[in-house]
Amino acid sequence: MTTEEAYLISAGRLIDPLLRRDEEPATLYVAEGKIVDPANYPKDFPWTKIDAQGLIILPGLIDMHVHLREPGESRKETIKTATMAAAAGGITTVVAMPNTIPPADHPDTIAWIRKKVDKEAVVKVYPTGCITEERLGEKLAPFQSLIQAGAIALTDDGSCVQNARIMRRAMEYASVLGVPILDHCEDTALSDGGVMNEGLWSTLLGLPGWPSIAEELIVSRDILLCEKTGAKIHLQHLTTEGSIRLLRDAKKRGLPVSAEVCPHHIALTESALKEYDPRFKMNPPLRTEKDREALIEALVDGTVEVIASDHAPHALFEKEVEFEKAPFGVVGLETLVAVCLKELYFSKKMDLMDLFAKLTVGPSRVLGLEPPSLRYGSAADLILLDLNASWQVDSTAFFSKGKNTPFEGMHLKGRVVLTMIDGKIVWREKRLVEKQKTV
Amino acid sequence: MQNLKLDAIKRKWKRKDLVSLEALDLSEIEAILLAAKEFKTILKENLPLPFLNRRTALALMVEPSTRTRVSFEIAAKKLGISFLSIDYKTSSIQKGESLKDTAKNLEALGIDFLIIRHPAAGSAAFLAKLLNISVINGGDGAHEHPTQGLLDLMTIEEHFGTVRGLKVLIVGDILHSRVARSTFWALSKYGAKVKFVGPITLLPSYFKDFGAEISYNLDEALPFADCIILLRLQHERQRKDLFPSIGEYIASYSLTTERMKKCKKDVLIMHPGPVERGVEMESELADSPNSAILKQVENGLAIRMAVFYLLASYFENR
Repeated sequence: MTTEEAYLISAGRLIDPLLRRDEEPATLYVAEGKIVDPANYPKDFPWTKIDAQGLIILPGLIDMHVHLREPGESRKETIKTATMAAAAGGITTVVAMPNTIPPADHPDTIAWIRKKVDKEAVVKVYPTGCITEERLGEKLAPFQSLIQAGAIALTDDGSCVQNARIMRRAMEYASVLGVPILDHCEDTALSDGGVMNEGLWSTLLGLPGWPSIAEELIVSRDILLCEKTGAKIHLQHLTTEGSIRLLRDAKKRGLPVSAEVCPHHIALTESALKEYDPRFKMNPPLRTEKDREALIEALVDGTVEVIASDHAPHALFEKEVEFEKAPFGVVGLETLVAVCLKELYFSKKMDLMDLFAKLTVGPSRVLGLEPPSLRYGSAADLILLDLNASWQVDSTAFFSKGKNTPFEGMHLKGRVVLTMIDGKIVWREKRLVEKQKTV
Repeated sequence: MQNLKLDAIKRKWKRKDLVSLEALDLSEIEAILLAAKEFKTILKENLPLPFLNRRTALALMVEPSTRTRVSFEIAAKKLGISFLSIDYKTSSIQKGESLKDTAKNLEALGIDFLIIRHPAAGSAAFLAKLLNISVINGGDGAHEHPTQGLLDLMTIEEHFGTVRGLKVLIVGDILHSRVARSTFWALSKYGAKVKFVGPITLLPSYFKDFGAEISYNLDEALPFADCIILLRLQHERQRKDLFPSIGEYIASYSLTTERMKKCKKDVLIMHPGPVERGVEMESELADSPNSAILKQVENGLAIRMAVFYLLASYFENR
């Protein structure tokens, strides 16, 4: 990390999804932690130059679905390692899920997380609080206290509130407090015991299936409750064509419902499980090609406004077991951008503006955060992206303690080479540093 | 002792493990079957056996098993292989040791074959990737039980002279059956037409995508069958509420003397055992002239000897 406070980032291609700006060459000035107008500074101001030729300058990304694993499971990940991974992945803001040990169902836990974040985090972190006590789905958590302590949304992620009456009350209560409910959509009576998508491959492999309808039933319920209560509901990590259809209809009716999809669900299908490799075991599971296409279509047509990693690290030994025994979850912070580029941009389905809107404007709107932007006065949270950098996924090089990536060995294109938060460089790829030295 | 036929078969063998029949190609299935036939002849005529002594096999049974373990044990001993078995109740897995660590320790002790029976599908594939010794799948959850599939294939071929074009019904709890899958792959790759029959909750339509036919009506399916393989209801693998009651299951899917009237006269009845008499079939049918149940057990021995023999040759052929 450097201590310089004023930068002149020159000759890059600037893309700002909030302002719909796409300019090249562009020069950007950063001082006092913000994007600034150089006209307000003396001509001989000592800017530190960063040559962004051949690079894309983007606002910092928001990943609204991250498992930091602290408190309680630092063998899997820590706030420090997860946020270092986020910085290297170009993510300047992460939203932490509350399924920790203890769960974030009490303001003291939120306070503990915030304290640890202040001390160790490399990027901005916003905690979420639980919908129900201990995430058991039975009794509402103290929403107001959680929000006062710093929670920006409520979710039982990892679990889904099964009782519709409790969910209705949660949505009603949250709507008055002005925070969204984020829901992991899974009817556990239908998914019970399932470890992969129910279908041809689960039948072939003899593994218990987690059927699409277990997700769709809750999506449907949440939409109906949203209509009833008027509360903002955000559907996490959607995976099925049926869910997308339900969401699209709800949006047509103007309901305040939003949704996210994950890179692994748009890049992979259930057939990836043919070797019983637990690195492909996640909840919700990888689905069919038809589902994968529906998710991409929903991103392209705007039905889904957010891409999130659902970064869920596990210790290596926990995944080196029989498939059915392995925990659900994959890491994703350090591959998020490149996988999205591969599946959406290089495959010519989306342009960069729309793609990065799903990682900036989309999540900020769901969460009610200041949208990331490169306009004057905005916090200097930005990244430099080398679109042409080819690299191979090597989990041993990850900052994350979790090495459980389904993309191990995959050749990808596009790499974040610099990440800046509030005007401070928190990640800079070595070759960029070397390049600067030669300038 | 040299056996020219077996020598010729083993020279072509290129696999370290036997994990699934789906993964085998026709020539590999044919090789095992040919070797098994040869072993059967050797046993019957009391000819000298090709010994695999100085080798050790270990059966790690993380799920109850009697006939499979004993069959592997006798097959091993006939070939001069030292045989050990570990019961799940006494294994370190009970103490919380991972399957990986248990298997790595066993490998370090110098065994040559690990036979694994485990309730988790994919456990044999997991070990095959992890270990440098031969792993034999003795049944992994609802996935596969390859030696059972091969012995079924051998029994049917022996009885009819050929498998090609035969119509075989596999009846019962297809969803939870590893036998159904392995036997299906063996038979269909060998040219038989397989129809799965069972209640819809135990026979999801995805089985059609395997290339099988499916039916929910046993009475309708019976007249066409050359062979009927009845499966045990996998009570231990089933979740509740898959069908209303055993009584209702018996009424629809049990093979009875009454239902036998709809079958071809010489229809072959098979069952991987253990038979729950009165559930999958009427007790008398298990002992009737149509039944090949004990023949299956006999052929299982020859198949397992063939599997040991061929997998051992992988290391010789390298």
